[in-house]
Amino acid sequence: MKDFDAKGIPHTTPRQSATFTQDANSDIRRAAATGIYDIRGGGAKRKVPSFDDLLFLGASISRYPLEGYREKCGTDVKLGTRFAQNPIELDIPITIAGMSFGALSGPAKEALGRGANAAGTSTTTGDGGMTPEERGHSSKLVYQYLPSRYGMNPDDLRKADAIEIVVGQGAKPGGGGMLLGQKISDRVAEMRNLPKGIDQRSSCRHPDWTGPDDLEIKILELREITGWKVPIYVKVAGARPYFDTTLAVKAGADVVVLDGMQGGTAATQDVFIEHVGQPTLACIRPAVRALQDLGMHREVQLVVSGGIRSGADVAKAMALGADAVAIGTAALIALGDNDPKWEAEYNELGTTAGAYDDWHEGMDPAGITTQDPELMKRFDPIEGGRRLKNYLKVLTLEAQTIARACGKNHMHNLEPEDLVALTMEAAAMAQVPLAGTDWYPGKPNTSY
Amino acid sequence: MQTFDLEAQGLRALNSTLHAQAENTNQTTWEIINPKGSHAIAVGLDAPIEVNVKGSTGYYCAGMNKQATVHVHGSAGPGTAENMMSGTVIVEGDASQYAGATGHGGTLIIKGNASSRCGISMKGIDIIVHGNIGHMSAFMAQSGNIVVCGDAGDALGDSCYEARFFVRGTVKSLGADCVEKEMRPEHIAILEELLERGGCDAKASEFKRYGSARNLYNFDVDNAAAY
Repeated sequence: MKDFDAKGIPHTTPRQSATFTQDANSDIRRAAATGIYDIRGGGAKRKVPSFDDLLFLGASISRYPLEGYREKCGTDVKLGTRFAQNPIELDIPITIAGMSFGALSGPAKEALGRGANAAGTSTTTGDGGMTPEERGHSSKLVYQYLPSRYGMNPDDLRKADAIEIVVGQGAKPGGGGMLLGQKISDRVAEMRNLPKGIDQRSSCRHPDWTGPDDLEIKILELREITGWKVPIYVKVAGARPYFDTTLAVKAGADVVVLDGMQGGTAATQDVFIEHVGQPTLACIRPAVRALQDLGMHREVQLVVSGGIRSGADVAKAMALGADAVAIGTAALIALGDNDPKWEAEYNELGTTAGAYDDWHEGMDPAGITTQDPELMKRFDPIEGGRRLKNYLKVLTLEAQTIARACGKNHMHNLEPEDLVALTMEAAAMAQVPLAGTDWYPGKPNTSY
Repeated sequence: MQTFDLEAQGLRALNSTLHAQAENTNQTTWEIINPKGSHAIAVGLDAPIEVNVKGSTGYYCAGMNKQATVHVHGSAGPGTAENMMSGTVIVEGDASQYAGATGHGGTLIIKGNASSRCGISMKGIDIIVHGNIGHMSAFMAQSGNIVVCGDAGDALGDSCYEARFFVRGTVKSLGADCVEKEMRPEHIAILEELLERGGCDAKASEFKRYGSARNLYNFDVDNAAAY
């Protein structure tokens, strides 16, 4: 690049626009070339206030810690204690979120079951119904009751250890889904009562109920069909967490599952994922406040999902009031999704390890988000299950380490008082003090 | 015949009693009195029994039914026979919205009218309506049949897949990708059997057939205006 023009006048430094960034420009070029919006999997990739913006205080003179590796720090959790005869009892407060057979291969679902079993936690079905492999390899299986009702039948409903009525998903509050035709194998098509090879839309709302009054009756029907034995969860997206939690509880939910915008999806529009919904961090306190206002905190359990990666994230979510967390994307990464060992093939697909998100196209080099028989052979469900178990164990150990440092003998004893925020935004969302102060934006009885 | 007073004995007792009926039960006929519009009556049944409900029902009567015959001697609330797998549900009066929603199999016979979204997302059920059906019926219907001896409301069969719709009267409008189709001899035969099963006093030759044009089966930006 020349520093001067032909008249000897210096060029100004080329300046990239902060508005028309390289990313934005590539989106424009892609849209201009195709005439169709971008569909992808995963959750929000934009930077939002998150658990990274919180820190634990640890112990001090007024708070004494527990001895690591010696003094007990409980991790067990019971979900569904409100109405169900048989609540789900988990060894760890980390569950596997709903992911469908169809979006994932059969062996990947099997691996999720194996890993969750070994770690003492539950897995969750997804759109498309329950497969025998999944039921067989998951000692605690939550059956999602979704708007599409693909594969929905009362026999599987009765085989479930809990039922999760899915109202919304953090990646796309108010949105449905689309499983593109190339992922519709004979088996997927048969389970969904649709021809092979056609796009399969998942509805954005339930076909036979609208609103909280109907939801209460729907919950009654499901309880009657299953004899009031199993817990009924209601999963909501991080949109209006105070009101959605309130309405779910009033409708009779045993458990509220709250999914923030970093929570993944198998496929939806990129514009939807990035621009609709709230960060997980912003959703927890309003949901907990709703439970507290109803006198139902800990009576109706709160499971938080959307961007949980580490034991620190687990501990922070629980300190803010969650009873447990759910992981989806992190579980897939533990299985081997986006592993750099497939970098050459990711490059062939126009991406790189860590950024691959075209799960809906069924060409996953790791053989996890695909129905291609050849790609599926690359994935060993036994090894995948072992990796997931290891990961879940590490999450638990990390969370326990933090809890002990805060002097807690059970994960559920973590509390907001254990936390400070690094940014004003996180302080406002989490309602914990900005580090070095005793204040957060919106704190009651303050004049600022 | 076994008689069950719903008002006196309660919903939980009713459904648990009906669920306890085995495949070879000798208590094959049940009469439910005093339903008084209660919700979730006779849901999740899975035995070849006959249940007669003497009055009108609330939401989700006979939801997820398998094998049983549930006969409502009155009108039925929303979601009657939702997600039915097999068996028969008969409504002597009218049925509210979402009748037969997502049903996988069996037969739903409505002797009066059915409200909006009848057969929404149906997956194999046969729905036979002696009267009219409301707007947005058979939205995203996947498979199975709807027979309408009267008229159909707006947007019949919007975004439907392989389900068939037979309408004797007028169709106020068709939904996206739903078109009138040729009535070939095989369709006449299917319809005649459905009319007989539903106890309808109508001739197959009086009906028109509607179904998917299959233009929206795979996403195409040129069809964006239809989405």
